[in-house]
Amino acid sequence: MVAVTSWGRLSRDTHQVTGISGRAQAAAQIHNHQPGICYGNGRSYGDICLNAGGHLWQTRALNRFIHFNEETGRLRCEAGVLLRDIQRALVPRGWMLPVTPGTQLITVGGAIANDVHGKNHHVLGSFGDHVLSFRLLKTDGTVLDCEPQSDLFKATIGGMGLTGIMLDADLQLRPVKGPWLTTDTVPYHSLDAFFDLADQSEHDWEHTVSWIDCLSGSQARGIFLRANHADATPAGAKIPGHKQLNMPITPPLSLVNRLSLRPFNALYYRLQARKAGAGIAHYEPFSYPLDALQNWNRMYGPRGFYQYQCVVPTAVAKPAIAALLDSIRHAGAGSFLAVLKTFGNRPAPGLLSFPMPGATLALDFPNQGDRTLKLFNTLDSIVRECGGRLYVAKDARMPAELFAAGYPNLPDFLKHRDPGISSAMSRRLFGS
Amino acid sequence: MANRSNSPQRIVIIGATSGIAEHCARRWAQQGASHLTLVARSEDKLALIAQDLRVRRPALHIDCQTGDFTDPAAIQLLVDNITREGSPDIVLIAHGTLPDQSLCQQNLAINADALMINGMSPVLFAEAFITHMVATGQGTLAVIGSVAGDRGRKSNYVYGAAKGLVMRYVQGLQHRLAGSPVKVVLVKPGPTDTAMTAHLKHQGAKLASVEDVANSIVQGIQAGKPTVYAPAKWALIMMIIRHLPRFVFNRMNI
Repeated sequence: MVAVTSWGRLSRDTHQVTGISGRAQAAAQIHNHQPGICYGNGRSYGDICLNAGGHLWQTRALNRFIHFNEETGRLRCEAGVLLRDIQRALVPRGWMLPVTPGTQLITVGGAIANDVHGKNHHVLGSFGDHVLSFRLLKTDGTVLDCEPQSDLFKATIGGMGLTGIMLDADLQLRPVKGPWLTTDTVPYHSLDAFFDLADQSEHDWEHTVSWIDCLSGSQARGIFLRANHADATPAGAKIPGHKQLNMPITPPLSLVNRLSLRPFNALYYRLQARKAGAGIAHYEPFSYPLDALQNWNRMYGPRGFYQYQCVVPTAVAKPAIAALLDSIRHAGAGSFLAVLKTFGNRPAPGLLSFPMPGATLALDFPNQGDRTLKLFNTLDSIVRECGGRLYVAKDARMPAELFAAGYPNLPDFLKHRDPGISSAMSRRLFGS
Repeated sequence: MANRSNSPQRIVIIGATSGIAEHCARRWAQQGASHLTLVARSEDKLALIAQDLRVRRPALHIDCQTGDFTDPAAIQLLVDNITREGSPDIVLIAHGTLPDQSLCQQNLAINADALMINGMSPVLFAEAFITHMVATGQGTLAVIGSVAGDRGRKSNYVYGAAKGLVMRYVQGLQHRLAGSPVKVVLVKPGPTDTAMTAHLKHQGAKLASVEDVANSIVQGIQAGKPTVYAPAKWALIMMIIRHLPRFVFNRMNI
């Protein structure tokens, strides 16, 4: 038995860990180790990849490329390949993943199981929109080829790893001229200004995201970032090295706390506001700034942290985001990594995909036990009332009824579950 | 792609389907090697690895070979064939298995197999390659030993003894080739997260990532260090274990 944590480090329960060493061996290796759930690179925040006291199937050894077509940009690879390895191998050859989240240290299987999104949702949708096919191993040993028109495909995109063990996938990459982005940094001083910027930018900018100082309540100030892929290598641009800093130990207390948060946020705002205007950036530091700091999750101390990410529908986005920010301020809580962005008006590829037309707010909170959970209940009630939903990749605590209310396709999805697969999250949200 | 100009061009990997060897191959492919000869016992596994490397670097010329790793004549023939194609810049001898110690104690046939594949076989490959490398006066030969070879322990002394044989043999080659342009490197990985150690992970052992171990090996070979512990912390740990007085060591359950 091995103690396993997910990215939020909220629990250290022991698991029976079985490594899957290859596609051909997978069926035999999991045969006597069921029910379980796949564990990729452990970057989801809550319990979607955990199974306390039960089996975990580690998929990181499924990390081989299978085929790449340089003409069409179609890549076939195993499900444990990291998005980083795809990008580093293929960006120099002019191809990039169309959609990546704020870290590229996740597996292809994890990206599909959570149907992750990035800063360009209004243009390119979510990760699942670019999956052409995959092979799924059921726990009874059968292997199924899945294509976008099939129901099992739609259930597996955003399906929390509960429909089978993904062996390999076919991904459509998008052509790029190089690793560079032209960026524009715009400080804003109210939520209205944020929504105006988001509207104005939707047409001309592929990537849009904003950092928000959530201590400032609904009178929010923040930094709006937008970017497009550059056509050529900008003069004087230097490709950054792969230097990594490391958070070597877990401090005894969260470094993000009441005392540090206000100066942190003020400093961050000032530093970013100084960069206002046009710039150039390499895609790695622009898209995955935290990947440069290994083990950054340790800064929240031994009790770990929660991430709360919700989406609220377009029609009520402004008042709902204001109400969420006000509740956080009233609770005296706050978050350093607060991200606010809008999603485009696109149909989602998966039955349980998170993105919907509206605005999404993501916040990190150090785990302070009941105090933190109480705040989440307040935030939940705002999300529930406006018809929003929470993101399972980040969740460790949402009530089952909120999940059912936010994901109306749930009954359809449940028909496609593999009975040999169960996770801490699946038991929490559907009782099995 | 740093220093492509002086990166090794022609690389031979024996036991290329081992997890550590595969990740070394990826590093070398990325660094700009031109020829990779992959040798292993299983043709199917080799094909998957070659497929992966071709996606990573389409320009890389990959040659896959299989052979008998326990027959001296077959080893000689294999090495002669490989070196006829050109003189290698790097040879990495990486094959091995992690035998079950208690089975080795009960069954001498299993014991003999374990000693053969982890000890005899790698040194025969090493001797065969060194002859060619000395003749051409260039290249680096790296052999994967193990921290287990540093001191016999009850939990794995059959494996440890085989790796100890490798260590002494490499030491002898290093002595013989002192001052020669041909370098000989002994690599000693600590417990690494690969298919070979899957059962250790099951028991809760803390294993180094295979990427990190491969990086240390590739860097160590490039630097031409005589001994590379991977990760480096094992140099310190094994120095302590080697020097523990017997009355302390004998009380330890390791």
